[in-house]
Amino acid sequence: MAKQLIKGNEAVVYGALLGGATHFFGYPITPASEIAHAAAEYFVSTGRCFLQAEDEVNAINMLYGAASAGGRVMTASSGPGIALMSEGLSYLAGAELPAVVVDVQRAGPGLGNIWPEQADYNMVVKGGGHGNYRNIVLAPFSAQEMCDFAYRAFELAERYRMTVFILADAYIGQIMEAVEVPTKVHHSPRKEWALYADRESRHNLITSILMNTELLYHHNKKLQEKYAKVERELVEWEEYDTEDADFLFVAYGISARISLSVVRELRRLNQKAGLLRPKTLYPFPSARIAELSRQVRQIAVVELSNGQMAADVELAARRSVLKYNWMGGKVPSIQEVLELAKEDMKQTTTVRG
Amino acid sequence: MVKHAKPKTFYDTFERRGPGEKNTTYCPGCGHGNAHKLIAEVIAELGIQDRVIFCSPVGCSVFAYYYFDTGNVQCSHGRAPAVATGLSRARDNAIVISYQGDGDLAGIGMGAIMHAANRGEHMAVFFINNAIYGMTGGQMAPTTLIGQKTTTTPFGRSPGREGFPIRMCELINELQAPVYIERVSLGDAARIMRAKRAVKQALLNQVNKKGFSFVELLSPCPINWKMTPIEARKWLIDTMEPLFPVKVFRNIEEPPVKYEPPKVLSDAELVNHFAATTEIEIPVSPREVEDQYIKIAGFGGQGVMSAGVFLANCAIKEGFNATWLPSYGPEMRGGTANASVIISNNQIGTPLVSSPNVLIAMNAPSLDTFEETVVSSGLVIVNSSLVSRKLRREDVRAIYAPVTEIAKDVGLIAAASVVALTLYACISGAVQIETIKKVIPLSLKKKALVDVNLKAVEAAVEYYQKNIKEAYSYTSVK
Repeated sequence: MAKQLIKGNEAVVYGALLGGATHFFGYPITPASEIAHAAAEYFVSTGRCFLQAEDEVNAINMLYGAASAGGRVMTASSGPGIALMSEGLSYLAGAELPAVVVDVQRAGPGLGNIWPEQADYNMVVKGGGHGNYRNIVLAPFSAQEMCDFAYRAFELAERYRMTVFILADAYIGQIMEAVEVPTKVHHSPRKEWALYADRESRHNLITSILMNTELLYHHNKKLQEKYAKVERELVEWEEYDTEDADFLFVAYGISARISLSVVRELRRLNQKAGLLRPKTLYPFPSARIAELSRQVRQIAVVELSNGQMAADVELAARRSVLKYNWMGGKVPSIQEVLELAKEDMKQTTTVRG
Repeated sequence: MVKHAKPKTFYDTFERRGPGEKNTTYCPGCGHGNAHKLIAEVIAELGIQDRVIFCSPVGCSVFAYYYFDTGNVQCSHGRAPAVATGLSRARDNAIVISYQGDGDLAGIGMGAIMHAANRGEHMAVFFINNAIYGMTGGQMAPTTLIGQKTTTTPFGRSPGREGFPIRMCELINELQAPVYIERVSLGDAARIMRAKRAVKQALLNQVNKKGFSFVELLSPCPINWKMTPIEARKWLIDTMEPLFPVKVFRNIEEPPVKYEPPKVLSDAELVNHFAATTEIEIPVSPREVEDQYIKIAGFGGQGVMSAGVFLANCAIKEGFNATWLPSYGPEMRGGTANASVIISNNQIGTPLVSSPNVLIAMNAPSLDTFEETVVSSGLVIVNSSLVSRKLRREDVRAIYAPVTEIAKDVGLIAAASVVALTLYACISGAVQIETIKKVIPLSLKKKALVDVNLKAVEAAVEYYQKNIKEAYSYTSVK
């Protein structure tokens, strides 16, 4: 199948529909609006449901309703909108409903601006709403992965009955690249727990309220066991030039693309640099980072935030890491990162893990 | 003959509440019991039990799923109409009920209910108005009466402090889409019978796919009103009903919007929908090019964004990797809009071009902004139709070409960016002129535009051969 030049924000809709998406409920926000535009066109023209909700609070609850009825549901937003969805995300987790949410990160806090940042990491990767819950978080770094991850996300969401986030950023949403679009359509199988408005499903109940402390305790235990299973089964990452690396970059999304360019430059300069990019942020590739931590002299986390993922890298590596942080929508050039790395490589005192 | 048996829509025992449990969670004299029973009876009478999905709210009726032997979804506070929207849009055959109290519906959930009503969602809404928050301990509701004492209005509701009671039927009656709006009362037996007719109408409307139906039930809350059940019913009739008139606000025979199920594409049609459109033959052997880091900049309307997309398209058709990234946002409204395009034989790292080796400057502000960013010995194509000055640097290769005039001569100023790209292709060899000609018809829908753009390509090639090819070589640094 020939490749097409597609924007990340559009590729995610292609992937979703071929992955069996049935419903898109959303509210406009830059820089995620293009997803709503594409969804409005393609969900409707293919006979699926697109609905512009009155706000994000109700959009996520529409997902809750359609997911209860066995639909493959999705929405897309950016930080301020995802924050408004936090309540609904917690209910989805409590009721164990499958859903797919795309977050095209912009800069914050508050209204911030529409340029890329990766500062929704804590909100999305750690849960965001109230209660002991997690979301599966996929981190695309290309238009192809916007398509591929959306294509897979619904099956993952249903397998674990969880929300799957596609955590992108303004640049991964805006980028146009060659994309190979899947040629097979996935469908949701009938689910024993969902409501189909028929006799077989009549006794099903979708709820997140368990008034009895004993019951809610066990529900929470069950959720934690599920998350542990996700951590065993789902973690994914990609490595570049790590075999002999003594300087390791860790980055995701647009930062991983920049870091890849930097690693190539450093290799040209005969520096043993490598890159690990998590493709899943939850579950996090902690074990592999711990391994590499024993091999490399230094670890640098390149991030468009105040070091939110770096904290997880430090936990995994059990040592301090270099934090190359940009905020406010500023995105570094190859040169800027290169200069920092070259300077830090001169240090020889970094403690090994 | 009136039968006083438990409707079969209720579970025999409420196991979700506790083993063998037969009692509800409702207080003596509470109207929820009446309302539940009316709904359960009508569901049984209409024979729709299997098709009902009941959305319970947050409030005293949070546990409605203990009792109703139907499909059940428990919703977050105020969002039941949104959840019901999702359900209704996912299951054509479902009879969706959204059951809500006054705090849930008219307080926290005001946005959800108004918009569900305005969209004419297929659902029956049963709104229990008892002028108070029950479950959380008798606080003021949006429907609390003036002077009414609650735990958060200990001196009585004051309009100067808390505003006036909200009348929901009247509000919803301002909207076009709802087919049925009625307020009923649970004040006495006759009123309850009238209420049952309203419940039936709302559910029948769902069976007949007529649309959004809203029934407000004025309901007693003796515990929080601090009255006996008998006093409460009297107060409901004497005090609440004058403020909340019991009547049919709307009952439309023909719904304003007729329901039509969507036409769902088959798998093959869906795959086809997203398949690469027209395939073209590009007679090109794989070849190595130096990585091209291109910045195309101009003012909005010069088509620099689409020119970048076009160039990236040509590159991937030739089998290269390519990325396009726009500069967007406020910057676009100023003097310069720009796109970053990278063409490479290898996997592309960052798509951001901060140090271009190719700059196409379509206007003066663009040259001012980006001249200094170009790498040494990079290529700069300047639109001399709009830029009068020469480059300040001497370490880059500069080409001055009147691309706007060339475009104007073929009859379309907007083709200026195609002229510039063609010149770039001629000079760099990164993409072939044949490819440009083949991709143009794929990128433009209007035949007339295709022709004039192809003419622009020809004109640009001609200009290149006359004015650039001879004079220009990679060593002739200007």
